[in-house]
Amino acid sequence: MFYLISQHDRAFSDQTRIEYGKLFRRFVLTLITLLFCVPLLFVFGSLFFSAGDIWVHLFDTVLKDYVANSIILTLGVGLCSLFLGVVPAWLVTMYRFPFSRLLEWALLLPMAMPAYIIAYSYTGFLDVAGPMQTTLRELTGLNYREYWFPEVRSLGGAIMMLSLVLYPYVYLLSRAAFIEQSVCVLEVSRTLGCNSREAFLRVALPLARPAIVVGLSLVMMETLADYGTVQYFSVSVFTTGIFRIWFGMGESVAAAQLSAVLLLFVAVLLYLERRSRRMARYHHTSSRYSQLLQKPLHGMPAFVSLLICGLPVLLGFILPFILLVNWALSTYSKVIDSEFYKLLMHSFLLALVTSMIAIFIALMMAYSNRMKATRLNKFIVSTVSMGYAIPGTVIGVGALIPFAWFDNTLDKFLYDNFGISSGLLVSGTLFTLVFAYLVRFLAISINTTEAALGKIKLVMDEVAKTAGLSVFNMIKSIHIPMMKGSLLTAILLVFVDVMKELPATLILRPFNFNTLAVKAHELANEELLAEAAVPALAIVLTGIIPVILISRSISQSRAGNA
Amino acid sequence: MKFISVLLISFLLLPTQLIVAAEVNVYSARKENLIKPLLDRFTEETGIQVNLVTSQADTLIKRMQIEGRNSPADILLTVDVARLYRTKEHGLFKSIDSEILLNAIPEHFRDKDNEWFGLSLRSRVVVYAPERVNVDALSSYEDLANDKWKNRICVRSSGNVYNQSLVAALIAHNGIEATEQWATDFVNNFARKPKGGDRDQIKAMATGVCDIALVNTYYLAGMLNSDQSEDIEEAAKVKLFWPNQANRGAHMNVSGAGILKHGPNQKEALQLLEFLVSDEAQHWYAETNHEFPVKPGISASNILKSWGEFKADNLDLNLLGENNQQAVLLMDRASWK
Repeated sequence: MFYLISQHDRAFSDQTRIEYGKLFRRFVLTLITLLFCVPLLFVFGSLFFSAGDIWVHLFDTVLKDYVANSIILTLGVGLCSLFLGVVPAWLVTMYRFPFSRLLEWALLLPMAMPAYIIAYSYTGFLDVAGPMQTTLRELTGLNYREYWFPEVRSLGGAIMMLSLVLYPYVYLLSRAAFIEQSVCVLEVSRTLGCNSREAFLRVALPLARPAIVVGLSLVMMETLADYGTVQYFSVSVFTTGIFRIWFGMGESVAAAQLSAVLLLFVAVLLYLERRSRRMARYHHTSSRYSQLLQKPLHGMPAFVSLLICGLPVLLGFILPFILLVNWALSTYSKVIDSEFYKLLMHSFLLALVTSMIAIFIALMMAYSNRMKATRLNKFIVSTVSMGYAIPGTVIGVGALIPFAWFDNTLDKFLYDNFGISSGLLVSGTLFTLVFAYLVRFLAISINTTEAALGKIKLVMDEVAKTAGLSVFNMIKSIHIPMMKGSLLTAILLVFVDVMKELPATLILRPFNFNTLAVKAHELANEELLAEAAVPALAIVLTGIIPVILISRSISQSRAGNA
Repeated sequence: MKFISVLLISFLLLPTQLIVAAEVNVYSARKENLIKPLLDRFTEETGIQVNLVTSQADTLIKRMQIEGRNSPADILLTVDVARLYRTKEHGLFKSIDSEILLNAIPEHFRDKDNEWFGLSLRSRVVVYAPERVNVDALSSYEDLANDKWKNRICVRSSGNVYNQSLVAALIAHNGIEATEQWATDFVNNFARKPKGGDRDQIKAMATGVCDIALVNTYYLAGMLNSDQSEDIEEAAKVKLFWPNQANRGAHMNVSGAGILKHGPNQKEALQLLEFLVSDEAQHWYAETNHEFPVKPGISASNILKSWGEFKADNLDLNLLGENNQQAVLLMDRASWK
């Protein structure tokens, strides 16, 4: 009898332990993810402080410029990237034409190119004093002002530069979506009388819409957060305004408030994105995949396809790459020393570590949302998603505040009670830096992971449960293979973004620790563009390696491929 | 897996200060390649290790404020006096009593409470295209607002601190109202929307976009001394003019430094600061960066010397910091982009 009771007790306490364990894990997860919201909450917190009459000045003078230019820039870049991204993605997935296999991954290359670097190289090339216009003048004998030439350093130029390096986000996500689509759906559409254009517009495009919208919102957020390009082109937008108010006027509260206004913009963007996803909960209705047959193109269609897919690569990568190489050839011996390899190593490791952590956290958050979406969870996901649109400097300061507070509080406690000073333990280490990267880039991995997970029907989970699979096994053997393409995409995007990241790195890095992006910025900032080309090229080349690797495994990730 | 975790954690918590015998921590707004060689010389001479972080001055100031009393920074180096002033306003510097510094640096190039010290000098000057501009037509900064320069001036954006400091100086000399009028007329004379850096203005002028530009002296010198033949060709097409020689003299600015009151290595910090005004360091500033040495009696580089003697404005540099915000607001009102 006694034996039985104790047995029962033990079973009961095991049960509660599991329940508590679950609750505890949930609590810890929430706490960790909440931490990533802190820097953004500081930005919003600024709204409760008074910034004096600086806002009157802003209203009277520059604010309308900031708003108008930001809207034009964001919409312009969004539209251009949409065209540069979606159409080539469809063409290389469905058709075969000259170089189509090469273009499949080459279309991603511009992603490795930081926006400010492409801006520098095009300016060097196309500006009045550059080789293009100089040659033009020599050939025609005309003087400056006697001919018309498009001005690179303008709002239009900024739209071009940013579109050329950001369209790969749309391309990557829409291609992954096209690949994940079941061919059966397309075949059915054909038997129902759709020609290939209609199949694209009426079936494939709506099915891929969630992924395309994710890509588009990433592009627009990155545009809003850009500082390097707009500053170099002297285009007054929100970010340049934030820095002007902060650095020029020393008004950090007003600067944070302007960031909060920027966040409102983003909140609207995100709301639209989420709504479009909710309104269109497209699931794959068939899990039957068959080998994707790429239709060969000949003659004019092949040529046009080549042109549409080749142009973004040419303008976004090949041309600026040649310009950079040209500069680098004259300076590399001066710039590359033993320190240079350290920079390479630092950049690479930071990017690798951050992208791994980001995908891990994104998966945790996506799953906790899928299993039980609480209000708090939703709040966290939508707050963290906004980080991507905040200028890195603002994130950097926001990340420093909680850690420095922790360090200083601990130090004070230890000093008051034990007479020991612990100093700064966490702030000023790479930990803070990686944290800031995560605050800024988690949006990418979360959005991508959520979109991928959302496409897996919940019925599948039920089936897996009935079949007796544990949650872990379900994820491992059903979800992961279905999401592999999207997950790799998420890793790649974060990796490349960290390689290029500059402002947060500048403010948060430890002593004697530089990255390639910092080096490129310092040289370019001293207007030593030829020297800056060397670290810039190194960023591009390091970025290319994962781009190629991951692009290949995305092609192979198609479920129909054995 | 365990191994990877350990590796990961140790990478992330890479300590800020490795334990070494003696060290000094520098937060620098001066770019690494423009200060590191000098710091390396200091380490060679004294054996004191120098730890360096470079960033924009304002983010460094913010970082120190947040780090508070445990901030590891011993010295802040900036390239503009307005930031030194701002650091002082935030109460981050401490007053330094050093014979060496006081003797080496003339009074108007350091703080009156001895909280910051100028280390090198630069002037913001007029450069002109001699083919299109008669040098006799040039006189002062004030004159650049004259109608005769309509569509002939190139200058970078008002977001640039050197422009802000110049306007702050004009406010100090002529008052806010007169300066606002000046800025409005000056902006009307622009040949194009402000863009690019100082070197870009020189290049634009060499191709005929404009006839006059405002630039810092070391940019022109840097181009004349460049490895790129185009740079030298373009810079050779323009000439330098020292403004306001008939009255107060050309506008001056300093790169400078101060010691932070929470810094853990006060003694080493002072040693480094004193090293930066030594003959050797001052000579290095002149030769490598083409800046004017702050210490009297150290000769400037040959290029700087080729521009001749000039009269420098003796304005109290603290005023540039004090008027900085006013200057930015005023430039906004004048639509200086």
